[in-house]
Amino acid sequence: MNLIEVKGLTKTFGENRAVDGVDMTVARGEVVGFLGPNGAGKSTTMKMISGFLEPDEGSAAVCGHDVQMNPIEAKRNVGYLPEGAPAYSDMVVTDFLEFVGKLRGLRGGGLKDRLADMAEQINLTEVWDQQIENLSKGYKRRVGIAQALIHDPDVLILDEPTDGLDPNQKHEMRSLIRSIAADKAIIVSTHILEEVEAVCSRAIIIAEGKVLADEAPEDLTAKMTVPNTIRVAVTSSSAEEAVSQVAAHAGKAEVEVLERLNGSTALLVKPNGRTTQPGQLASKLQRAKVEVEEIGLYRPSLEDVFRQITRPEGPR
Amino acid sequence: MSTSLQTIGIVLAREFRGYFATPLAAIFLAVFAALSAGLAFFVTGFFDRGQADLSSFFAWHPWLFMILMPAIGMRLWAEERRSGTIELLMTLPVRTWELVTAKFLAGWAFTGVALLATTPMWFTVNYLGDPDNGVIAASYIGSWLMAGAFLALATCMSALTKNQVIAFIVATIAGFLLVMAGFDLVLATVRDWAPVGLTEMVQSLSFLSHFNRLTQGVIELPTAVFFISMIVLCLWINVQAVDLKKAQ
Repeated sequence: MNLIEVKGLTKTFGENRAVDGVDMTVARGEVVGFLGPNGAGKSTTMKMISGFLEPDEGSAAVCGHDVQMNPIEAKRNVGYLPEGAPAYSDMVVTDFLEFVGKLRGLRGGGLKDRLADMAEQINLTEVWDQQIENLSKGYKRRVGIAQALIHDPDVLILDEPTDGLDPNQKHEMRSLIRSIAADKAIIVSTHILEEVEAVCSRAIIIAEGKVLADEAPEDLTAKMTVPNTIRVAVTSSSAEEAVSQVAAHAGKAEVEVLERLNGSTALLVKPNGRTTQPGQLASKLQRAKVEVEEIGLYRPSLEDVFRQITRPEGPR
Repeated sequence: MSTSLQTIGIVLAREFRGYFATPLAAIFLAVFAALSAGLAFFVTGFFDRGQADLSSFFAWHPWLFMILMPAIGMRLWAEERRSGTIELLMTLPVRTWELVTAKFLAGWAFTGVALLATTPMWFTVNYLGDPDNGVIAASYIGSWLMAGAFLALATCMSALTKNQVIAFIVATIAGFLLVMAGFDLVLATVRDWAPVGLTEMVQSLSFLSHFNRLTQGVIELPTAVFFISMIVLCLWINVQAVDLKKAQ
């Protein structure tokens, strides 16, 4: 069963169509990575699913409850971490979580148990009695996660949960998300692509308010892979020579400069029908006195895929 | 309905405690007590009058609340929007009117505390003479009702802007106009062009004349109803404003 069902969601701010007919579904057990450039409409979409904003068109449903028709029921089933993890800075961590827990309908022993769970699961014991405004960024973010999880919701919406965290904290956050993923439907927005590969079972790429891709991360990269493409890194001084050598050796092959970095140039050799082994190409180049730094079959990273899909002139 | 009451109770408790989380509460209580007593003693001549009543004390309340209630109300919604906590609050399973009501009641209860802090004045007149305690009780109730109307007005302004200073200034100006509605200063600008009915309506909005009736010991139902309707109207506008403006 799909715990999140979004159909034709549209939101316009003045002239700007922030979200433009977004469709998506998320089932139990899925962690969906929500990707897109800044201003692509990620946060606006999440705000509509969590019930903070009303869509102009379309609908969002959580656990079968339409967010607009039945907002209270829908909100009961969602845990939401807004962008920047806002919290009442004048409150102590435990009071804040207790406040949210109570508004979530938890009482007495049940509330106590959940608070204890949160302290342990989210690693908040150390700051349990501290004022939120005195916490580090990492702890503030964790408090935000704790308030989203306190009622053990079926649906979790996390808007940039690792933004501003140090690498260790990011790692912890990802482990946490993975550990709770099995029985929930989770949407995580981010612009860190390794994060998607690390925790998400599916990636939805959105730009200018439209969904451009909706697939497992490995399928996305596989789709962008041209078989037998070779990536060669040579010293920049011999780049020109390398290009002509490749042309001579590989016939119709298409050569593209991928990037120039620190005196090294990376070339992409697309075979166009004729197959060349990296080894053959390497010895050919060496014979021509081209300094080859690195050579191998090219596998695009998710980042390459993301750039290809979202850059304005890129293929749609 | 019980869940609405529970929600209001939970939010009210948090808000009320919030006043005491910062020195704001202490400062406010001190300023209110010092000003209301000081003005009564030194400006209106509490002792010189030689009368055992508190009218010289209550006479200042409309002017004090006109400024102090916006000071309390200005942050209620503006702060939530500025810090982004409004997004947290409004994605919890609660209704906007529950939040508006709870925030208002917390502020109103806090004002009640400020009024209670002035009761030594009441004991003093009873020690010095033999005042009409019924009148004083009516004046306290009237003062609290009027404070509620000022506060509702201020929270409403707070919902309309992210900027607390603007909320404060606009609420104070609106409060001033309502206090002065019975005076020529305001009436003259209306009388010239408006039909008599409208002028009378504006006149009837005067906080001062309603309050004065209460401090004369006349607990009139219409006067209580007036302040309560003011509060309800402002809170209703408040709800609409929060829903409309929350995302901006």
